[in-house]
Amino acid sequence: MGDLIELRDLKKSFGKLEVLKGINCGFEKGKVVSVLGPNAAGKTTLIKSVLGMVIPDQGNILYKGELVTGTFEYKKHIGYMPQIGRYPDNMKIGQLFEMMQDLRKLKSDLDTDLVESYHLKSMYNKTMSTLSGGTRQKVSAALAFMFQPEVLILDEPTAGLDPIAAEILKDKIMEQKNKGKLILITSHILTEADELADIVMYLLDGNIRFYKPIDVLKSETGETRLGKALTKILAA
Amino acid sequence: MLDIIRSKVLIAYTALLALISLSIFMSDADVTKGLISITTIVMIIVPLVSIVYATTYYFNASEFTELLVSQPISRSDILWGKFIGIASSILGSYLIGICIPVALFAFSSTGLMLMLSGCLLSLSFVSLAFLASTKTRDKAKGIGMSLIIWFYCSIIFDAIVLLFLFSFSDYPLEKVMIALTAFNPIDLARILILLQLDISALMGYTGALYRDFFGSGSGIAFSLIFQIAWSVLPILLATRTFKKKDL
Repeated sequence: MGDLIELRDLKKSFGKLEVLKGINCGFEKGKVVSVLGPNAAGKTTLIKSVLGMVIPDQGNILYKGELVTGTFEYKKHIGYMPQIGRYPDNMKIGQLFEMMQDLRKLKSDLDTDLVESYHLKSMYNKTMSTLSGGTRQKVSAALAFMFQPEVLILDEPTAGLDPIAAEILKDKIMEQKNKGKLILITSHILTEADELADIVMYLLDGNIRFYKPIDVLKSETGETRLGKALTKILAA
Repeated sequence: MLDIIRSKVLIAYTALLALISLSIFMSDADVTKGLISITTIVMIIVPLVSIVYATTYYFNASEFTELLVSQPISRSDILWGKFIGIASSILGSYLIGICIPVALFAFSSTGLMLMLSGCLLSLSFVSLAFLASTKTRDKAKGIGMSLIIWFYCSIIFDAIVLLFLFSFSDYPLEKVMIALTAFNPIDLARILILLQLDISALMGYTGALYRDFFGSGSGIAFSLIFQIAWSVLPILLATRTFKKKDL
């Protein structure tokens, strides 16, 4: 239907361990989807499959209704912020940005809001090895949003960011959502998911336990906080 | 395509090579002897540094590779970009460290052969390093694998050949020996260089046979082709593996 990204019967195992056991779902534009689940539930594998980093054993990935499993062209519509951004030590921030622009063949029409609000311009000549973990996260975030992608995939985006930087990032996420972008977030921080997400996908042992809008979850359980609502559902 | 490598390791490597070749040429009046000494050292150091440097580089950049894979660019482009980046910097070191001194002090057919086969040797070991790195998952295993390859080529292989010669000494093995050298890029390079010198007589009957074979145009072509194969095949295999690899 109107799904921007669709996953069909996605399966993946590492050795004997089945990590994804047939995931079927669709992600609509203009929504923030929070992917939750305990450790080893398959969150990262799911995200990596969408990004083409992990190659699924079975099943397909569709972008705008087109089959994109194993191709790379569709990735220009995706901005990805990794959990831990690590870059070549000798590279400077400015060089990194330039290289990515070369790679995407997109030089103008860039979204540099985050570059400005994180004051990265003044650090363009610093090499990556001298940056703190938090600054590297800022660089990753700025890169993910830079090319105005249709889809944003953020893996634990606020982990390692200072509170102010995290607020800036959340504002940016909301702004992008209102522009009709699809945003996928994994996070362990439930209050954050509560704040940002429209829809919660809960993965458990490689299956989707539930995939529901957050307000439906809350009204079903009669709770006002996501954390409480989750524990109630999972206990049932 | 996408690499900025200005590392201290490479500068040190270049300096080391230059130091070796210069000091040998300075201390020894006989240029031919100098070339032999250089060959001996080069055959050990060049493969070792190439393979270890390429492997460590590959694994240090692995998170960045993940990020690149999430970008709209094909996986083989990523791997080849890395390969070209590393190979050209290793080659650059070799050119500055060995080729220039050799060209200045001992420009001869042997010297040329040393330059050429040294370059091919660097390439093949970078290429092997990529194969080892894509086949393994973590850094320790990758470097271990690389060291095993180096160990095999520079030490174990000779032992195997000796053992083989010893146990089958009753049979005519000359042709087999030639075929065997094709399985080791270092041997290929070494034989090619040494046969340009007139010392092959010292190597006895097999040496004479080698000379007949490798000294001829077709022999040189044979060993060059195998050296090129050693550079190209591993990286092609690595590309195939990398395309199917989960990061």
